[in-house]
Amino acid sequence: MHVADASPSKSALRCDGLVKHYGEVAAVNGLALDVRSGECFGMLGPNGAGKTTTVEIFEGLRDPDAGEVEVLGERWHGDGLALRARLGIQLQETKFPEKLQVGEVLTLFRSLYPRGLDVGEVLALLSLEEKAGAQVRTLSGGQKQRLSLGCALVGDPELLFLDEPTTGLDPQSRRQTWEIVEGLKARGRTVLLTTHYMEEASRLCDRVAVIDHGKVIALGTPRELIASLGAEHVIEFEVGEAPAAVIEEGMLHALPSVENVVRDGASWRLTVREVHRAVPALLAALAERGAEPTALTTHHATLEDVFMSLTGRRLRDS
Amino acid sequence: MTADRVVRYRVRGPLVELTRARIHELTREPEAVFWVFVFPILLAAMLGLAFRSRPPEALPVAVVAGPHAEARLAALGAGPDLKPVILSEAEARLALVQGRAVLVVSGDDTPSYAYDPTQPDSRAARLAVDAALQRVAGRADAFTPGNTEVTEAGARYVDFLVPGLLGMNLMGTGMWGIGFSLVLARNGNLLKRLVAAPVRRSHLLGAQLISRLVFLIPEAGALLLFAFFVLGVPLRGSVILLVGVSLLGAVAFSGLGLLTAARPRTIEGVSGIMNLVMVPMWIFSGIFFSTERFPANMQPFIQALPLTALNDALRGVMLEGNGLMAVLPDLALLAAWGIVSFVVALKIFRWQ
Repeated sequence: MHVADASPSKSALRCDGLVKHYGEVAAVNGLALDVRSGECFGMLGPNGAGKTTTVEIFEGLRDPDAGEVEVLGERWHGDGLALRARLGIQLQETKFPEKLQVGEVLTLFRSLYPRGLDVGEVLALLSLEEKAGAQVRTLSGGQKQRLSLGCALVGDPELLFLDEPTTGLDPQSRRQTWEIVEGLKARGRTVLLTTHYMEEASRLCDRVAVIDHGKVIALGTPRELIASLGAEHVIEFEVGEAPAAVIEEGMLHALPSVENVVRDGASWRLTVREVHRAVPALLAALAERGAEPTALTTHHATLEDVFMSLTGRRLRDS
Repeated sequence: MTADRVVRYRVRGPLVELTRARIHELTREPEAVFWVFVFPILLAAMLGLAFRSRPPEALPVAVVAGPHAEARLAALGAGPDLKPVILSEAEARLALVQGRAVLVVSGDDTPSYAYDPTQPDSRAARLAVDAALQRVAGRADAFTPGNTEVTEAGARYVDFLVPGLLGMNLMGTGMWGIGFSLVLARNGNLLKRLVAAPVRRSHLLGAQLISRLVFLIPEAGALLLFAFFVLGVPLRGSVILLVGVSLLGAVAFSGLGLLTAARPRTIEGVSGIMNLVMVPMWIFSGIFFSTERFPANMQPFIQALPLTALNDALRGVMLEGNGLMAVLPDLALLAAWGIVSFVVALKIFRWQ
């Protein structure tokens, strides 16, 4: 097994001033990152934020228009075979040959790497032992995704790229994938994953870069990012019949313990320090103006709220 | 399989594993097995049956009802070459148009013949009918010629057909086999994933070529064995040369397959290009009939096609017993097609 470098300051991946244009559109626009050896680093952002393009530049599959990239202390040049042997790569979607068996696909990918794990070991890691002899076409979406993860693991990589590893999966498959990634973290692997699920980022990632329009707009541990909101709770409410003018931002700001107010169409979002103080005051203020909330929920602040407070938009259009 | 049984996986080199994977894919595709192995044999059997050698048939001729009709019927029916019937004028004309009669003889005083001079059967009937009627009318034969009948094995239609089918099959499987699998892999991001692994691109493409050549053995073997042992098609040249020509043909068309699959992202896209490349060769390259049927000013184009060269070489070895020197120009043309295709394909290949 590979032993990761123990020094925490060492960079596994570094990029600066990264730019990539597709025609007129800048998919990546001056992006800078520093992923430390042994950490699980998340790139969180909505679809089209430039996450996949960035990762594919890291993987040596695309050339940037400008900027520096250093992967495991090396730069991409030539065929990069020696560097590729140290990386594990899961693309957003890979269709493996339908008629090949799971064990055959893993054997094929194992043969491409100069060293790596035993295929049986990888099957166990993926909980796919029972499916070793099954053809790819018979697998569920979650099993296919795990197979793709297995192909990234089979070369026993120092640095693993996972591009939206759980997008489109059911909750159970998602949790299974998370457990596999947590196992890798425990073994000291460096993981860079992209996701637009804030839950995934906060559970798996040591540090998260929030990406929007090809740039890093916030960086830190999930806890730091949430703390940056200045309050830990979010109240969302809607007011049905009442004329919009009845409620305005200033009045909500004036409520006790409210830190931030965002209007999103008919609904309002308040970031608050203490729910038990804010909610009674809010209800009283609404009643005073003859407005009645048609919906009211509260939750712990998440990375989604961080993204919303930074951009005014949601991570996913739901 | 039980979970507690430890399964050891043997992992060979990348070229071997890539080739093995490709062969597994092909053999598990029932359609591929049909088109590659069964279809050419079926086609050879069917066409062989349709164009089987038959004893010479009497030519059907019609005599128009009239005062001399019965006498002419008897005169024409005396020999083995003609099969006359008496029909009304309208029926006789219809029979001629529909091909049920190849010539119509009038029933009046002086015989007159209605026939289509562009049809060999009609012209033959014209000679036979005229000779029979002149003889009955009193013309004496100047001499009686001696006849020696010659039917040569290897000159049947099916003998002509089998090398053409082999050539067609080498073209089809070379192009579809390589083209489809590459475009499918590109379309499903598999090619991108493979390129992201530490594997040489020459291994990725080399595996395609090797698996193609491995398949050549049963594919060409099945058709040739069927042709030799069931249809009685001769092999006059050397077996080794025949294998060599087939091998070169398979490599050349794999190159063309690689070239057609170098850019397209979708199966629809590559199918269009493949048809554009293959349809002219189906028509012009002498699979089902000789290239000599086409006018002389088209011949330079036809003779430059790789399938024409392959078919000529295969026919030369199988039917005429040609040696290496005789088929060398064809092989050189094939090799040139293969090399140019490979080089251009690698230059313009879209890896993701």
